[in-house]
Amino acid sequence: MSFKDKLLSSYIALEDYLEFDSPLHDVRNNAIKIFEEKGFPTKKEEAWKYTSLNSLLKPDYSVYSNKERNVELKNVRKYFLHEIDTYKLVFVDGVYNSFLSETTHDSLDVCLMSAALNKSKYKPIIETYFNKAAKSDSLTSLNTAFTKEGAYIHIPAHKEVEKPIEIINFSTGNEAAMFLQPRNLIVVGENAHVQIIERHQSLSSNEVLTNSVTEIFAEKRAYVDYYKIQNDEPTASLIDSTFISQQRDTVCRVHTFTFGGNLVRNNLNFYQNGEHCDSTLKGITIIERKQHVDHNTLVHHIAPNCESHQDYKGLFAESSTGVFNGKIVVEKDAQKTDAFQQNNNILIDDKATINAKPQLEIFADDVKCSHGCTIGQFDEDALFYLRSRGIGLKEAKALLMYAFANTVLESVKIPELKVRINKLIANKIGVSLGFQL
Amino acid sequence: MLKIKDLYAGIEGKDILQGINLEVKAGEVHAIMGPNGSGKSTLASVVAGKEEFEVTRGYITFDNEDISELDPEERAHKGIFLSFQYPVEIPGVSVTNFIKTAINETRKSKGQKDMPASEMLKMIKEKADMLEIDRKFLSRSLNEGFSGGEKKRNEVFQMAMLEPKLAILDETDSGLDIDALKVVANGVNKLKSEDNAVIVITHYQRLLDYIIPDFVHVIMNGKIVKSGTKELAYELEEKGYDWIKEELV
Repeated sequence: MSFKDKLLSSYIALEDYLEFDSPLHDVRNNAIKIFEEKGFPTKKEEAWKYTSLNSLLKPDYSVYSNKERNVELKNVRKYFLHEIDTYKLVFVDGVYNSFLSETTHDSLDVCLMSAALNKSKYKPIIETYFNKAAKSDSLTSLNTAFTKEGAYIHIPAHKEVEKPIEIINFSTGNEAAMFLQPRNLIVVGENAHVQIIERHQSLSSNEVLTNSVTEIFAEKRAYVDYYKIQNDEPTASLIDSTFISQQRDTVCRVHTFTFGGNLVRNNLNFYQNGEHCDSTLKGITIIERKQHVDHNTLVHHIAPNCESHQDYKGLFAESSTGVFNGKIVVEKDAQKTDAFQQNNNILIDDKATINAKPQLEIFADDVKCSHGCTIGQFDEDALFYLRSRGIGLKEAKALLMYAFANTVLESVKIPELKVRINKLIANKIGVSLGFQL
Repeated sequence: MLKIKDLYAGIEGKDILQGINLEVKAGEVHAIMGPNGSGKSTLASVVAGKEEFEVTRGYITFDNEDISELDPEERAHKGIFLSFQYPVEIPGVSVTNFIKTAINETRKSKGQKDMPASEMLKMIKEKADMLEIDRKFLSRSLNEGFSGGEKKRNEVFQMAMLEPKLAILDETDSGLDIDALKVVANGVNKLKSEDNAVIVITHYQRLLDYIIPDFVHVIMNGKIVKSGTKELAYELEEKGYDWIKEELV
């Protein structure tokens, strides 16, 4: 049985458990139909031209696990940004782990999607927001059909969340191969502020495939600062789709740090629905071996007087491959748009590959759009300059890599996270410099 | 200190240096002059170890050790410093972090521990003051958006911090106005001692009014064709290079 068929029959089994009378039931049924029709994307589709899922669909994945697995805090502590100074939503093999989590229902809801789906007090929010920003592509639809667990975060108007929220998905490897589909819904009320860190982490060398979907709604004047840390095991793959719907005067920023994993595909979509939105999409990718990382971004400028800033840096070693596909759409009404996109790549070894494709579709006539894309190697003159000052070749390369990544790193607003990412970068390039950026 | 013997070097099979002979002793200042494209900068790069250039004949010794096969960083560790004609911009790395890394890497190569932070700061302050460098300048990204003069001043600042045995100044005077030139020359003179040496590469005699050379050499077509004392520099300033060409014929 193909993985697709297995999923379709699992859905029939799942349906028995589900809320028949809930409007969500129709949403799920429509979603599974879309998945059934479209199937997994193939390289024939333009958006998947450089990324093949074929090898990921072969293992016999276990599709759910209902058992609450135990994970020792001492084994996973290193994956948390902070033990006490963050809220935490921790999932183990797709199941919420109350022991490792630190949530709140006080003035804000940092809780579970399963609770939000089932409790009547959340009904209006679910009906207003759930699946309203997500696209109906096949993988997102697959996730929608199976939506069960994930983070549900609702920040009420004018609330400034005092500490960052960490969403962490562990997989234990108790199953030979695990398929996970976390679903996150984040609603940030008017003038509310929040910082969120998301991480997917395998704790074994068994195969894991995660198809994650996150919807974020920023009500007017909201501020959302979101960080994705993708530094997983070589046997873990991730398809991460994020949809951000911005109302007027909002600032939404997403930083994606991709250092690990087997195959990582990021679909990051911003929709600017009101005037004076500000969107930031930044990323640093440093990969090696046969790792494959595909960044697929969309900034949809719908309303006038908005800005978007994209800056993706990639360092590709050994036989790794990278893809950057950045699309900016400026609608007819989106006059005075200021859209900027930059994508710079360094190929460290001859066998590394990058496919970069900026796409601009502009229907308004009074806009400022610019994009720049570079693919290169280390600048020999810069290396000689550093070496002539007594800095060894390895350190000189590291210094240039740091310098290269700095434009992204400097806008990280959580100091501890910045330190952490500095360390990850230093580990990744195998040197430690006597300073941090 | 530095001995260059019958040196041939080039790039992509084309010889640029065609039999250079030069000896620089501790305590001396040598000036190397010559028209554009004569091989002055190539000579500086070859001594500093730029891998792009291939040495096809001859050798270079430093303190009686053949350095022809050494990496640029190994030459730097032995005390060779090149002030670049076109210093490279490195966005994201501050002047201070850069110089710290350079000093500590050099110390590491000698089995020494990192320089204590307080000592480093004191030294940075002292050398920056000597070269009339604003402290704010030190936290800027290395050479990024620096004016020509700032770049050159930054090169001499690095030289002051690294305290090399042999400093090669490749057209350090270009892009400097007369006041900046004086400050830079003054800095170089303060660093000068009986134990170190300087090679000044320049087009013009102007810099040599401030950094007084013991010897002046003229390079043409990759060869030193004439050597003399500082009077030779005045003669070149006055008459250009053509008379030497004629002399050679």
